[in-house]
Amino acid sequence: MHPAPSVIVFTTLSGLGFGLMFFLGLGLPDVSGWVAFVFFAVAYALAVGGLLASTFHLGHPERALKAFTQWKTSWLSREGWCAVLALMVTGLYAIGVIFLGQRWAGLGLLGSLLSLATVFTTSMIYTQLKTIPRWNMKLTPAMFLSFSLAGGALLAGQTTLAIPLLLIAALVQILYWRQGDQAFANAGTTLATATGLGDRGTVRAFEPPHTGTNYLLREFVHVVGRKHAEKLRVISFGLAFVLPVLLLVLPFNHLFAALAVLSHLAGVAVSRWLFFAQAEHVVGLYYGKR
Amino acid sequence: MTQLPQSTERKMGLVIDLDTCVGCHACVISCKGWNTENYGAPLSDQDAYGANPSGTFLNRVHSYEVQPAEGAAQLIHFPKSCLHCEDAPCVTVCPTGASYKRVEDGIVLVNESDCIGCGLCAWACPYGARELDAAAGVMKKCTLCVDRIYNDNLPEEDRVPACVRTCPAGARHFGDLGDPDSAVSQLVAERGGMDLMPELGTKPVNKYLPPRPKDTIEDQIDILAPLLAPVAEEPKGFLGWLDKALEKL
Ligand code: SF4
Ligand code: SF4
Ligand code: SF4
Repeated sequence: MHPAPSVIVFTTLSGLGFGLMFFLGLGLPDVSGWVAFVFFAVAYALAVGGLLASTFHLGHPERALKAFTQWKTSWLSREGWCAVLALMVTGLYAIGVIFLGQRWAGLGLLGSLLSLATVFTTSMIYTQLKTIPRWNMKLTPAMFLSFSLAGGALLAGQTTLAIPLLLIAALVQILYWRQGDQAFANAGTTLATATGLGDRGTVRAFEPPHTGTNYLLREFVHVVGRKHAEKLRVISFGLAFVLPVLLLVLPFNHLFAALAVLSHLAGVAVSRWLFFAQAEHVVGLYYGKR
Repeated sequence: MTQLPQSTERKMGLVIDLDTCVGCHACVISCKGWNTENYGAPLSDQDAYGANPSGTFLNRVHSYEVQPAEGAAQLIHFPKSCLHCEDAPCVTVCPTGASYKRVEDGIVLVNESDCIGCGLCAWACPYGARELDAAAGVMKKCTLCVDRIYNDNLPEEDRVPACVRTCPAGARHFGDLGDPDSAVSQLVAERGGMDLMPELGTKPVNKYLPPRPKDTIEDQIDILAPLLAPVAEEPKGFLGWLDKALEKL
């Protein structure tokens, strides 16, 4: 798949933002007044900034409101609902915490759950696609949720929670990569099944339909060199998990905490780039490509 | 609505004969010609006369080479447009309801004025049958020429899809695949029509007829061959001596 910057920015930032919102809704950290304002402002900037970035790849962003209509079948529509509800409920809760010195725990909990639901629905947009075997796995939502929780705990300054959550996310990441590398072969879709000609011999793409490129090739066929991808995996893993955990186990220091957040953010962004760039769509088979 | 109908009254679709398709791309051109001037936004081209042309097409013809375990390889031309799947994943993913499957004839269409151009339906289609138009920013796909097949303003013989009407080899057939007695259904039954990527569970309405087996070449290519056995033999006697002597020179 084409790794469009808008979707990478969107999933990375809003995953982190809704992760932070989850902890704030639970009253972690238990802050009020201006400190709370700053925490909520960061969460909203990340979540809303990500959502706005995602509209950049639309052909007709001015019609975006129509996307709320098909929640019965469409995960993209459900994501829209969850995001708006999470932002509204958490907003009300934030007003209480910041201005009224009140912590409406029930409302906060609801906001937390809606925040997680938003991340889950985002992941299901990708997971539901049988055409992209690397995404069509249970580990995809597990990865989105574990990343969001780890990043959220890190941003919320919950060191004792952040370390185990980062370790869990790291484990999910490794499993995702391992299973993902087998997914296309395991799905069993080949040029033989795509053309129905497999039982008469070995099928080879002889001539593409056009001499030039097209939307399908630009959108769905993106080749990342194997060596290149392995290097990026190491970089992503080091930045997203190893470095933040090391920084957290050192004696607490505001600079180290900030560095841990930035490093995690950069690592997750690289992981998301790979998530898109390495995903192979079955339509590539028709073009003799992966 | 993006909820798929339980069943459709008819299943209109195409049957594509891989045995007779000659790979001339006439259907590609007639499809683009008809659909760029009729239903919905035109099918735009970018850099059409430049070094790197590309454009939106609803129907494309691939060519594949099939190498059997023994014997010569075979070239098969392979037209591909929307298969109007019964279990169309492209419809259910659409957040706006722009994509839908019609109850009356099973045609899968996009209502362009509702489409936000998110591209998710193209991601969900295994067959590459949907293309986001770069100029209009909306999703384009085969309409089964819905504006021809019911069009009373056209002479009766033209009330079929443009690609079917134009195919010089008669490789594209149009009809109701839900009716077992229709000509297309009988053709499918007779020739062993097949689904593409059946493992993905999309249940395509369009069917592909596999190429017929080619004639096999027996050992004897030509019945006259035995009568034309070579007459030149090793020269003997004087000629043999002369041959060797000359070779030594
Ligand atoms: S071929 Fe693709 S676009 Fe057409 S109905 Fe099937 S999934 Fe949808
Ligand atoms: S591109 Fe248009 S038709 Fe396709 S899923 Fe998005 S809104 Fe629906
Ligand atoms: S039925 Fe019409 S829109 Fe579909 S491929 Fe044929 S000519 Fe194109």
